[in-house]
Amino acid sequence: MELHRRIVELADLHGRTRESLLPILQGVVEQENFLSKRSMAEIARELDLPAAEVYGTATFYSFLEYRKMGKFIIRVCKTISCSMKGKNQIILTIKDMLKLEVGQTTPDGRFSLVETNCLGWCHKAPAMVINHEVFTDLTPEKVRGILGEYMKKEI
Amino acid sequence: MSEQHLLLKRVDFIFVHDDDWEKILQKTIHRPKQELINELISSELKGRGGAGFPTGLKWKLTSEAQGSEKYVICNADEGEPGTFKDREILTRVPYKVLTAMAVCGFIVGAKSGIIYLRGEYKFLEQPLKEAINEFSYYCNKINLDFTIRIFMGSGAYICGEETALFESLEGKRGEPRNKPPYPSVSGFRNRPTVINNVETLAHTYTIFKYGAKKFYDLGVQYSRGSKLFSVSGDTPKPGIYELELGMSLEDFVDEFGDGDTKAVQVGGASGFLVPRKKFSETAIGYQGKLIGISLPTGGSMMLFNSARSMYNLLDNYLEFFREESCGQCTPCRIGCQQLLAGIKAVKKGERPAPYLDKLLKLSETMQFTAKCGLGQSVANSFASIVENFREEMIY
Repeated sequence: MELHRRIVELADLHGRTRESLLPILQGVVEQENFLSKRSMAEIARELDLPAAEVYGTATFYSFLEYRKMGKFIIRVCKTISCSMKGKNQIILTIKDMLKLEVGQTTPDGRFSLVETNCLGWCHKAPAMVINHEVFTDLTPEKVRGILGEYMKKEI
Repeated sequence: MSEQHLLLKRVDFIFVHDDDWEKILQKTIHRPKQELINELISSELKGRGGAGFPTGLKWKLTSEAQGSEKYVICNADEGEPGTFKDREILTRVPYKVLTAMAVCGFIVGAKSGIIYLRGEYKFLEQPLKEAINEFSYYCNKINLDFTIRIFMGSGAYICGEETALFESLEGKRGEPRNKPPYPSVSGFRNRPTVINNVETLAHTYTIFKYGAKKFYDLGVQYSRGSKLFSVSGDTPKPGIYELELGMSLEDFVDEFGDGDTKAVQVGGASGFLVPRKKFSETAIGYQGKLIGISLPTGGSMMLFNSARSMYNLLDNYLEFFREESCGQCTPCRIGCQQLLAGIKAVKKGERPAPYLDKLLKLSETMQFTAKCGLGQSVANSFASIVENFREEMIY
């Protein structure tokens, strides 16, 4: 019911045309951190679209996660400049600190770790984003400090 | 670094703050449209996203296209590896881009503008919205019927390709369309559309403010004006620099290299790798007789020193392309997978070295048969890396 109400609200805000689909999908991800099969089916019904179209569109975009994700999604850039400037060490630091592998979510549902393509901070590599917050010129120490802060946040 | 030691001529147009945008907008929209188009054509500004289509001609074609509904789109889906200049423009001088969009709308007859902002730049959405609000307030004041909205991307490199971007705006998978028809005739919602890179729009602001000559006087034949360069990799001074077009790669490396530069990737993953021995014969700009071998770039300049493995470089690019290929056409979808698997097999000794020649043929096939620029341009980096650093691919 809760999810249904949210989707109706998003559709009221963005409209019920095909062009409204991406903003609505983005809105659900903003609130739920990912798109469940149920939410995609609900969106399809609300916009009167085939569910396969909604699923096909959503899964095309890497930020529209369709697997269950943590509250804070850590995306570490793996493209060439970041890769050259110590991306692997950054990943190791995060894995070590949060006890998870790339592609996994911590059992408490707080963090997910993924690698991503060029974030556009090549001159300040290595870089990562946590949800929408950008962190650049990373070192293992800096990453430990940043994650320490996120561990204290309310979820 | 003191200014007098610079080999390359710095230019400072794009990031110069000015409080004149209201005056410039007001003044420009009272000039005859044909005169504005001519001014833009005579500046010889070419698209700064990488493709280099003449901007004045683009606007002219759209202004002549039939249709009561037209659009102006600012392409801020800056995803080419090694490029980060558009983010800086939208952060520091957004009003130049907004003014340019409105002037473009006035010229071509569009009342609606859209900024397609990549998902990775979500943090820019709010400040940009505020800039748009202030801008719209002024448009209302001077009775200029033009609105601008932001559309957020969601992480897809291919959406920087203009027709994929239209698909995305229309709520679909970002799969490129066949061209023709070109956007000037049939773009967003199949209506005549001008789609320009962020930097291109910012340059038109300079041109309408100072006149075409000031812009045209910079650069060389066929490559006029200045350009923002995003410099990264093995360099003591990574960052964004506005430079004249037409410089030699040797001068560029003298200024930005770390003294041990082995190769430079010009134009990002979809561009070309230039080895040290070709620095002096390579210029940065569009094809022209004066400057020999010239390489265009959307601004991405990545430097690599002798500690870097060119195999790792190619492996990284191919993984990027394999993931970012939209998958709709076979040459690109399968080609990217096979190129990556192929170089891995050669490296591991599972395939003999001449297999690299088969892969080169495959990349050539992709160049001719892929539907859009992504699949076509994989061959650029693939061939330039494999041909210049063949031993590194094998041993």
